[in-house]
Amino acid sequence: MLELKAKTRETVVAWWMVFPALFVISVIAFFPLFKTFYDGFFEFGLNPNFPRKFVGFRNYVELFIHDPRFIAALKNTIFFTVVSVALETALGLLIAIIVNQPFKFRGAVRAAMLIPWAIPTAISSQMWKWMFNDQSGIITKILERLGVIEPGFPILGSPNTAMWAIIAVDVWKTTPFMALLILAGLQLIPEELYEAARIDGANVWQRFTKITLPMLSSTIAVALIFRTLDALRVFDVVFIMTRGSVNTETLAVYNRVLLMDRAFTGAWFGYGSALSVIIFALISIFAIIYIKSLRLKLD
Amino acid sequence: MIENGTAQGVKTMGMTTKRVLHRVLLTTAVIFVLVWCIFPFYWAVISSLKPNIELFDPHPTFWPKSPTFSNYIKVFQERPFHVNIWNSIIVAGVTTVITLIFGSFAGYAIARLHMRGKALVMALILSVSMFPQISILGSLFVILRKLGFINTYQGLILPYVAITLPLTTWILQNFFRDLPKDVEEAAAIDGCSRLRTLFQIVFPMSAPGLVATGLLTFIAAWNEFLFAFTFMQKPEYYTVPVAIALFAGRSQYEQPWGQLMAAAVIVTAPLVVLVLIFQNRIISGLSAGAVKG
Repeated sequence: MLELKAKTRETVVAWWMVFPALFVISVIAFFPLFKTFYDGFFEFGLNPNFPRKFVGFRNYVELFIHDPRFIAALKNTIFFTVVSVALETALGLLIAIIVNQPFKFRGAVRAAMLIPWAIPTAISSQMWKWMFNDQSGIITKILERLGVIEPGFPILGSPNTAMWAIIAVDVWKTTPFMALLILAGLQLIPEELYEAARIDGANVWQRFTKITLPMLSSTIAVALIFRTLDALRVFDVVFIMTRGSVNTETLAVYNRVLLMDRAFTGAWFGYGSALSVIIFALISIFAIIYIKSLRLKLD
Repeated sequence: MIENGTAQGVKTMGMTTKRVLHRVLLTTAVIFVLVWCIFPFYWAVISSLKPNIELFDPHPTFWPKSPTFSNYIKVFQERPFHVNIWNSIIVAGVTTVITLIFGSFAGYAIARLHMRGKALVMALILSVSMFPQISILGSLFVILRKLGFINTYQGLILPYVAITLPLTTWILQNFFRDLPKDVEEAAAIDGCSRLRTLFQIVFPMSAPGLVATGLLTFIAAWNEFLFAFTFMQKPEYYTVPVAIALFAGRSQYEQPWGQLMAAAVIVTAPLVVLVLIFQNRIISGLSAGAVKG
């Protein structure tokens, strides 16, 4: 009886302890999300001149059928995601293997690898924008001297190169971090496996494909999906480097234009909310794959 | 005999050449990785120390010929950059404190206390880390506007607490689970209440975990751009990332790159130092967050 009472009291205390966290995420995350879903079925603006009008699924139909800017943003986002995540995974794996070798100052090198991650994206984007500057940027100058580009060629102002410059910044920022995650997985592989393979006469490539890759597959899969979730919602680097001009606009950048810039001067807020729902759905698909792959790993 | 000796000689030489080659390759690769990671930051530091003539020189040098601190002085004279730094410190600092309190309460209840639906609570909190910020941006703006929170510190702190809580709760929950249980049980037998046990025994024992998660929270709040850019619409409320992203010269065509790089160095140097000091804790904390959830 006394035991039971103590247990009930403990449960009450426990619920009070999780309450603040649950309250904050309900008000700041769950409620706004439901409101976004709801608003996506209306046509209205944030200015009282554009009152609420129910339109059903029309916003969604408009987006997919009559909005080339949305289709372009969707394509750009997918291109950015596929290229940057592929590069980050491949280079991350390579760098992880390099810094897993014994050499002097290994600790210092691993610490330096955290620097790109620690610098706020808004700031590193500006640092890179300066390096890409068409008049005095160091990267522009080097590429000019190598004869890759014409003198004064605006890398960030040309549709063919701007997206690649943005990808370069994202790869720079994220690859070292990816490498550190993969390194953690690499260190869990028992050394005996390699020794046994060496005795059996396996060469470097065979040891890599038959031991390293299979043993790392779950770490890489998790890092890959984690990065994909991030890349699909990319905003900061694109906004700061090009403001979405020269065919670099991604879904998040276009969405903010609709929700903030246009919603005060026209009935765009509902339309923007519909786009928010699409981004949420897109990311949820990958989140579900992510959770599924985690469960696989636990088994 | 001789043949045998030569063969052996060739073999040892082959081994040494291979080893030398391996070392050369490895050193080159390591230097490449280092340059890759450090160069943009290095270039920002160098650019911030160059006077304008050198900055826009058609043949830029990798070292300032006549270094000057004038850009660092101008950043505070020509614009309210100290106000932006202050805003960032307040917002990131308060966010860290609140997130640590809420997160450790929730984490402790989930790790230790008797409660039905624990897994569901943890799943709900974690699911927020998957939310794309842009999907709640519009609605959150409308809600904050209704509350009169646009252009206020609380208008930014509340969203930051919500987006940093998932990782904090998760890491702390794991941390509490690994603490030895007998100390808490002994305290309970001595008649110590749950809350007193928490404050006098569990939290002090968890200091390393709290410091590491606190640092991650602070960095996340310090670096955030999209919410700050949307909810703080007056320059005197801009946080550092917004101020730097919207850095403008006197005219549209005159971007003060020297000052911009000085501002970038001022706010990233402390972060870089912090990260270098706490590197081990950060890596383990982040891999726990990334690999497990």
